[in-house]
Amino acid sequence: MTELPLIGEAIAVAADAAGARRLAGAKIGVITFPGTLDDRDAARAVRLAGATPVELWHADTTLGDVDAVVIPGGFSYGDYLRAGAIARFAPLMSKIIDAANSDARLPVLGICNGFQILTESHLLPGSMVKNDHLKFMCRDQVLCVENNTTAWTRDYAAGQEITVPLKNQDGQYIADEKTLDALESEGRVVFRYVGFNPNGSRRDIAGISNPAGNVVGLMPHPEHAVEAGFGPEIGSGTEGLGFFTSVLNKIVGDNK
Amino acid sequence: MTETSTGRTAGTATETKKFNIDTVANAAKTPDVDLPWAELGLKQNEFDEVVKVLGRRPTGAELAMYSVMWSEHCSYKSSKNHLRQFGDKVTDEMKKDMLVGIGENAGVTNLGDGWAVTFKIESHNSPSFVEPYQGAATGIGGIVRDIISMGARPVAVMDPLRFGAIDHPDTARVMHGAVAGIGGYGNSLGLPNIGGEMVFDSVYQGNPLVNALAVGVMRHEDIRLANASGKGNKVVLFGARTGGDGIGGASVLASESFDDTKPSKRPAVQVGDPFAEKVLIECCLELFKGSLVEGIQDLGAAGISCATSELASNGDGGMEVELTSVLLRDPTLTPGEILMSESQERMMAVVTPENVAAFEAVMDKWAVEYSWLGEVTDTGRLIITWEGEVIVDVDPRTVAHDGPVYDRPYARPEWQDAVQADAFTGSVQDAGRPSAPADLAAAITELVASPNMCDKSWITNQYDRYVGGNTALAFPDDAGVVRVDEETGLGVALATDANGRYTYLDPYHGAQLALAEAYRNVATSGAVPMAVSDCLNFGSPEDPDVMWQLAEAIRGLSDACMVLGIPVTGGNVSLYNQTGSVPIHPSPVVAVLGKFDDVARRTPSGWKEDGQAIYLLGTTAAELDGSEWSNMRGHLGGLPPKVDLAAERALGEILINASRDGMVDSAHDLSEGGLAAALVESSLRYGTGARIALQDVLDRDGVDLFTALFSETQGRALVAVPRSEEIRFTDMCTARGFPHLRIGVVDAEGGTLEITGVETMNLDALREAHEATLPKYFG
Repeated sequence: MTELPLIGEAIAVAADAAGARRLAGAKIGVITFPGTLDDRDAARAVRLAGATPVELWHADTTLGDVDAVVIPGGFSYGDYLRAGAIARFAPLMSKIIDAANSDARLPVLGICNGFQILTESHLLPGSMVKNDHLKFMCRDQVLCVENNTTAWTRDYAAGQEITVPLKNQDGQYIADEKTLDALESEGRVVFRYVGFNPNGSRRDIAGISNPAGNVVGLMPHPEHAVEAGFGPEIGSGTEGLGFFTSVLNKIVGDNK
Repeated sequence: MTETSTGRTAGTATETKKFNIDTVANAAKTPDVDLPWAELGLKQNEFDEVVKVLGRRPTGAELAMYSVMWSEHCSYKSSKNHLRQFGDKVTDEMKKDMLVGIGENAGVTNLGDGWAVTFKIESHNSPSFVEPYQGAATGIGGIVRDIISMGARPVAVMDPLRFGAIDHPDTARVMHGAVAGIGGYGNSLGLPNIGGEMVFDSVYQGNPLVNALAVGVMRHEDIRLANASGKGNKVVLFGARTGGDGIGGASVLASESFDDTKPSKRPAVQVGDPFAEKVLIECCLELFKGSLVEGIQDLGAAGISCATSELASNGDGGMEVELTSVLLRDPTLTPGEILMSESQERMMAVVTPENVAAFEAVMDKWAVEYSWLGEVTDTGRLIITWEGEVIVDVDPRTVAHDGPVYDRPYARPEWQDAVQADAFTGSVQDAGRPSAPADLAAAITELVASPNMCDKSWITNQYDRYVGGNTALAFPDDAGVVRVDEETGLGVALATDANGRYTYLDPYHGAQLALAEAYRNVATSGAVPMAVSDCLNFGSPEDPDVMWQLAEAIRGLSDACMVLGIPVTGGNVSLYNQTGSVPIHPSPVVAVLGKFDDVARRTPSGWKEDGQAIYLLGTTAAELDGSEWSNMRGHLGGLPPKVDLAAERALGEILINASRDGMVDSAHDLSEGGLAAALVESSLRYGTGARIALQDVLDRDGVDLFTALFSETQGRALVAVPRSEEIRFTDMCTARGFPHLRIGVVDAEGGTLEITGVETMNLDALREAHEATLPKYFG
């Protein structure tokens, strides 16, 4: 079983009441599009990590004062046309794109359909196509954390293996060779599938980041591995919580 | 895309075409017009009854309404007289937690702490044969809308499936389509699929059974009913537009046997849009939260005919609707077609004038189309107009509730005695029954690789079991378990079961065995069984043999519910599942819902911890008739295992207490495949083997090793008990007088399943055999 180097800094911060307030004061937005499915799950993960989830609606025109944003999984607009292709035009997406690219480098995590929306938005390179076996697949998936310096992975060890659920139909990550080489050389391959490539993704890539490391997208679902007994049966079942404590620690650390 | 499809179009009437509209006035003047009542599925006596009820011939639109609402599928005309037993045989114990009983879209059961749960199982068999993907997909869509209509948030689905022989060329078509359809639709709704069944049998070749169950939860104050009350309240139709799909689905497809001589019925299958349904779910929940609807009804079978007549007859009894206000996908539809269309993802609601603006705001937020059709009246009449001209003027009760009821003749089939006399033991197929250690090991491997006992993850891996974050158990465990309240851990467990082979041998007891198994599965997971929903899949009620099977199954089920103390709160009847004159095995699929005070106490079906004691609860008799072993040898005859409902209840209480008090770490019920299947499944669940010795069982029960392994005696379960709990556990069994024997220990290191008298089986080899079957046939 992989030990999760949990929370670390955040626990230290939370040791006193003022610290706990500071954690809970961190606001992480979870955006809902028509057809979004895992929004309440992402909000639960944010809450379990100690932060305060904020509901965001795709048609909103301001981001408010959120410290980070999660774009959760699902089938926004039914995946009609192409997964994520319609959602990227939502009014709130343009705000998120601006904030992610601004000097403030708003941390953004795209999970599954959220990852697809991030590539459609050009915040991340490449694209997702149908799984190579052409079927929807739901399984407990082992991932290797290749880069633990992003906003969403700093609570993991480099090379750490974690198990989180994977569930998608269009999960095959593709990009041209030049882009893939660049991602590799810049350390922007954040997660790789271990043991089994569930969808034919190029170079076993499960997740990537932008150059600054504030925008991360991946196909597997860390928000479904945050509570023992309701996640994967392999490992502790809570090995996805590190995503949310990572960003929380970053927010709290940055605001010190 | 959303910008163009908002409610801005609401209220603008569909551009009407100049049909030669058959008005009520016209009908009164032209009594002798020939009407296509036979083509619409009505019988002569039924048409005569419509004329009698109306005092004139029906208009074309009225005929369309009566024909769908009086169909077998909608009116339960062949089964109604028998189904009454579910309402009549009810004890105070059964009523204790029932908040809404049979008759509404779905029954509602009290969970405590202000929570309520609603669940229902339905069939979508015929459409799934004609067009497996859309048939199975819209089966999910329909049952989910039933759950929303009660005011609940849907939280999980399950799919019991029965297909033809695994090696028949057509089975792959149905399998791929239905599984992809269930996944494609259910996964897109964000509902975890937590269990179900998969049975292969050639009797289902031309009539696969695709049943769908949905469960939803709500606060007590959110319970909604389908009725239209309050004169002047507005009637609104919202969701998808009305198209030409599914016209006659209920009357023609679901209420007739397939027949090669008729044209393809593909157009009668509805086409699903899961995205529209997901948006509809969220939009309805927001309506409920704001208390913006007085009554609500989903549009399923019989579409607008059903929704208007049911809402009106359950309320103050009157409604006026302008049919040209219905938003259409296909502008060429006639009034009758609009009334009959089974286009998916539509709902009808009744809204007070004060709430109209707030209702429209919710529609606009979710970009859902809607149109105001009319209002509630107190006239006792359902009046439907087309550009102001009256085309329907009926008492809605006569459409929705007073359809024909048949006392179909039934009799015990002449062949039943011969079938029951043909026991497996000693039959030709029983020759060469294995007894040597190597042969028994080979037999066990063959059993767990057989189509019905093999690993089903080829199917279940195509379903999302995680979404929602509340799934505490899913396949392959005995029951699916979902948390309802995150604060307290309050939750529900669900299991569905049926055994068509048992029910063929003895319909009364076969139906009871389905209930007993579902009850046992729920209790095995640690939940307290509370309520039942059933999907009664049978052949043609016009065949007295089939009608007898149906009558016996209903009598058996309702009797058993009384003994187990849990009520039937809803369900559905699917008849005419036959090809030519050959019906399917009678297949009453029974779903049992149970309750957990805290789902953290759930018991999985596999053992993990080395050295834990394995106990077999219950006794074993020589009961191989109808078993999976006899099925593998091509035999079906004799009598199914004995039903002992008192023993089931006692076993259930032991399993529930053991779970609540932490006395067992795993529990698995014994059913199809008997002890052999249970031992392998409990070992493979977490890849942890066991050392088993059955001599005490053989001595006590007077059976041989083969029988101990393969018999399907009921009322048994396999549990793993931590050493520290053994005395407490055995004391409890002893105090309750329930037979229990320690048959072995968990062996975490060996990687094998050792059974004394059976050649040692390597878990990797067992797993390979268990998992290879479905990929071999379906890729």
